[in-house]
Order: sequence, then C-alpha cells, then structure tokens
Amino acid sequence: MPILGPEGKGRTLRADAWRRLLKNKLAVAGLIWIVLVVIVAVSADLWVPRYLGDPISIDTTTAAERSLQPPSPAHPFGTDQLGRDTASRVIYGARVSLLVGVVAVAIMVMVGLVAGAVAAYYGGWWDAIIMRAADVFFAFPYVLFAIVLLALLGGGVQNVFIAIGILGWPSIARLFRSSILSVKEMEYVDAARAMGAPAWRILARHIMPNAVSPIIVYATMSIGGAILTEAALSYLGMGVQLPSPSWGNMLADAGSFMFSAPWLMIYPGIAIVTTVLAFVLLGDGLRDALDVKLKD
Amino acid sequence: MLRYVARRILQMVPVFIGVTMLLFLVRAPAIVPGDPVRMLAGERSVTPAVRAAVTEKYGLDRPIYVQYYRYMGDLLQGDLGESYQLKRPVSDVLLEKFPNTLKLAGVALLIEALLGLGAGILSAVKRYSFWDVLVTLTTSILVSLPVFWLGMLLQLIFGVKFKEWGLPYLPVSGVSGSQFPALVHLILPAFTLASVSTAYAARITRSQLMEVMGQDYVRTAAAKGLSGGQVIRRHALKNAMIPVVTFLGLDLGAMVGGTILTETVFNWNGVGLTIFKAISLRDWPIVTGGVVIIVLMVMVINLLVDISYAFLDPRIRYTRVAK
Repeated sequence: MPILGPEGKGRTLRADAWRRLLKNKLAVAGLIWIVLVVIVAVSADLWVPRYLGDPISIDTTTAAERSLQPPSPAHPFGTDQLGRDTASRVIYGARVSLLVGVVAVAIMVMVGLVAGAVAAYYGGWWDAIIMRAADVFFAFPYVLFAIVLLALLGGGVQNVFIAIGILGWPSIARLFRSSILSVKEMEYVDAARAMGAPAWRILARHIMPNAVSPIIVYATMSIGGAILTEAALSYLGMGVQLPSPSWGNMLADAGSFMFSAPWLMIYPGIAIVTTVLAFVLLGDGLRDALDVKLKD
Repeated sequence: MLRYVARRILQMVPVFIGVTMLLFLVRAPAIVPGDPVRMLAGERSVTPAVRAAVTEKYGLDRPIYVQYYRYMGDLLQGDLGESYQLKRPVSDVLLEKFPNTLKLAGVALLIEALLGLGAGILSAVKRYSFWDVLVTLTTSILVSLPVFWLGMLLQLIFGVKFKEWGLPYLPVSGVSGSQFPALVHLILPAFTLASVSTAYAARITRSQLMEVMGQDYVRTAAAKGLSGGQVIRRHALKNAMIPVVTFLGLDLGAMVGGTILTETVFNWNGVGLTIFKAISLRDWPIVTGGVVIIVLMVMVINLLVDISYAFLDPRIRYTRVAK
C-alpha cells in the first residue's frame, strides 16, 4: 500500500530505501561502475575484436614482433607474450568474472534459502542436521576448501560455480533461518495459517518479504567475494582454463613475466579490485539503505 | 564453567566427524572419477598382481564405511597415511613444514593486531576526520584486493623497483638465502598474509569502540573530569576489546588456511605450499592430511577463544548453558 508522503507523492518502503541508496555517493559510484562493466562486457563482440584485436586467437605471422609490447595508443594495456591485446583479454575476462559472480551466488542463495527454510519451518531433526552440516562447512577455511574441492572435481568454470555455491550456502541458510524464526510466531503469520494457507504460501507471501533485505545485502557482497575466489582458484590453475581469459588466469599467466612485462599483471588486477570494490560499496550502501544489521 | 567446557568439546565431535567424512568421501573412489588403483600405483604399470596388492593394502574392496572406520582409526592414532610421491609418512612431511607456516602466521597476526587496532582506534577517536576517511577507504580497498595480487605488487615495488632505483630493497621469496637475515624474508609475505585480516580488525575495532563510547558509563567518566585519552584507555577500550580479541583468535585459523596463496606467491616453504604442490601431483594423502590438521587446529583455536570468552564474560556461560 503506498502511503502518501508530505509532498503527496506515493511512498513505499522500497522507494524510501532506493532514495536513501541514491544519497550514498560511494554506493552510487559502485553501482555506476558495475553497470559500466556489464555494458562493456556484454557489448564486447560488437567492437572489441575490431578495434583491439581478438582475445584468444594468435596471429602467428605477427605474434613474434608484437609480443610483450608495453602500453601504447594501439594497445592501451600492452600485449601479452603471444602478441594478443591485453585490453581485449581484460574485457573478455570481465564476462567470465561477472558470470562466475552472478551464477555462483545464485546457486548459493538458492541452496541456502531452501536449507534455511526447511531448518526453520520444520525444526526438530531437520534443523539439527542442517545446522550441524553448516557448522562443518564453517569449520573449513574457505579458500582451502574451495581448492580441495576443485582439485577433486577438476578445473573449469562450471566447477567453480559449484564450489563457490556449495561453500557459500551456510551463511545464507543461517540468515534466512533466523529471519524466519523471528517472524514465524508473529500474529499475522498465525492468522494466515488459521485461514488455511499452505506452508509454501506463508513462506512466499508473509515470511519472504520480511526476510529478503539481509539476503539482498549479503548476496551483493558475496558477488565480490565470488569474483575474488574465482581469481584465486584460477591463479592456482584450478579455475577457468586457458586460453579463455579470466582475470584470475591472466594474473597466473602474467606471473612468469612479472618483472619484464608488469602491465600484464597490473591491468587485470585493477579490473578485479575496482569491480569487487564496487560490489562491496554497493553492498554497504544497501545495508544502510535497507537498515540491515549483519552480525559479521 | 567445567560444564560449559565439556559441552563445547562435545559439540566439536559431530563437526569433526562431519569434516573427516566429507574429506574421506570426496577422495573415495566412488566419487572421484578415475581408477583409484592407478592413482595409488603412481608411475608403475598396473599389472594384475600390482592391482591385487594395492587393493589389498588399502582395503579398496571393502564397503565404504569399513574404509572410513579404518581411516578414522588411523587418524586418531596420528597416522595420516603415506605420501604417494615422497613415500614418507604424511605426518613427518607436514611436521617439517608447520614451523615455517606458524612463523609466517604469527608475524602476520602481530601486524594485524598492531596496525588493525591502531587504525581502528584512530578512526573511532577522530571520527569523520581525514584519518577516519583514510582508514575506511584503505580497509575497503584491502578487502577487495586479491591477496596473491597484492603479493605480486609488493614484490614488484619493494623487491624489483626499489632495487632499480637504488633504494634499500626486500627479498621477494624463500626462507633461506644468505644475503638477508631470516626475519627480513618474512616482511613481504607477512604483510601480504595480514592484509585482509588487518582491514577487518580495523573495521571491527572502529565499530566496537564507537558503540562503547556512546554508553552512559563512558559519559560519566568524561563528566567526572578524566581527559579524553584516559577515558578511552581506562574505560572505553577495555570493553571494546572483547570482540576484537575474539576476532583475532578466530582469524589465526583462517590465516593458516589462507597461507596456501601467500606461500605460493612467495615460494614460502610451509604447509600451504606443500598442499598446493601435492594437489598438482595428485598426492591425496598430503592434501587431505594437511587439510585435516588445519581444520583441527581451527577448531581447537575456536574452542580456546570461546572458553576464554566465557571466562571473561560470565553472561555467556550462563546463557549458553541455560539454552
């Protein structure tokens, strides 16, 4: 129900939150950067190969003379050891990083929501088993577990999704579980139950809207975290496999030329930091705008 | 108090079983694609005789719960198996590497405590000043940095560029080397490992101190005429520090887990690098053994932190037992 504000315009909780978010300069800067990166990554096929060069294929006739050139107007980020344009690879790498961020976090949120809902709604044994399983996942140092999992599953982008998704669910499950528990006993939920609403409807219509804010905040921040994890896994050679460029495997590749061609490691690194920072700032802004208290 | 400790230890048991089961399952033949005998046999060609011997030795023909039981029994006696590659007990290999990792993590923890607390206190006391903005921005950037990239940047700047510019420079890798004293080798890896944790420590210190400083008893202390510095040192800081110290304790575990990246970047001969190398060689006993030890260590540290916390703050042991 829109409530009429003093100006007479319709005001909803969501519109209020949005207005508060737009007042936060850092969060807006983060949002703008994310939108920009998305536009560049999505539109890459239209202009990048023509102006900067192909990110993957190697032109054997010119590769030797074009390899390891420092940044210049023709190659703003320089070229790699195979004569490919680094800027082009960074842009195509953005596709992988964003995809990993979004898909992995989507998996994590879905698994976490289901686990949290089952634990809170059914309680008893379900709750005990799911929450103990969450403890097991929390006992593992995160990066180490991701590495072991990928070492066993094998590298590749799908397995990176799976690893990050599997490792992230307990936090979401805990958040959602405690949100549900805090509203489960409220009178309006009782009223809905008394009217004969089925469990899924109570969850979707009455509990979800009250529990969604912390999950939005946590998921936004987790996208940044997932991008960092992909980078770490690819750096160790277990993430996205060459020749497809990802920011992480570009850094791994750059390691051998670190001192002779530092631009190879500088630009992908800057891409990671700015993008992750944008998600962190946006997450901070959302937390303040939605007035969410996260424990950690 | 004793009852609380006993409860906490009992709670660890299912978690430990879960962790080992997970580690056992992921390396069990049914889950990992490929022939376990091939993997165990290593370079040797797999003749039927070798196959039978390997199957017999590792009990691969037994049901999986029997295998887990055997694995758990060995584990509880400190037997982590034998490295496929090195043909030595895993516990010996890891024991050699642990001091290096602990040294690195210890120095990093020291950096975290000094810099993190210092920056956090500064930022809370001089709220909304230039320093506060600087600390907030720096910590935001630090948590967004890939740790290994920071390591590479530090190597490039302090190792290579400083040398080129004729400034005093730092070694970029390794434990040994006669050119520098051993402690100097620690500087870059320790700062790299400490980076993210230091940022979090600063943020937690800032928010805790700001919360405490808003409380009545702090206002009373100021009202009775204590100077600003005395109020903070004698009254605010003490209460603000409890969650911070907890965080530092818990973080030591996360740090040891995080050494795999830092040790790889700096070629630091510790547990992390050993696990990383073992992964590329498919030397599973080293990998799972290393992980089990690290997880166990994290759990014990968490336990100690919880116990000390309950010791310092009686409210915790009462509410938890009452639950």
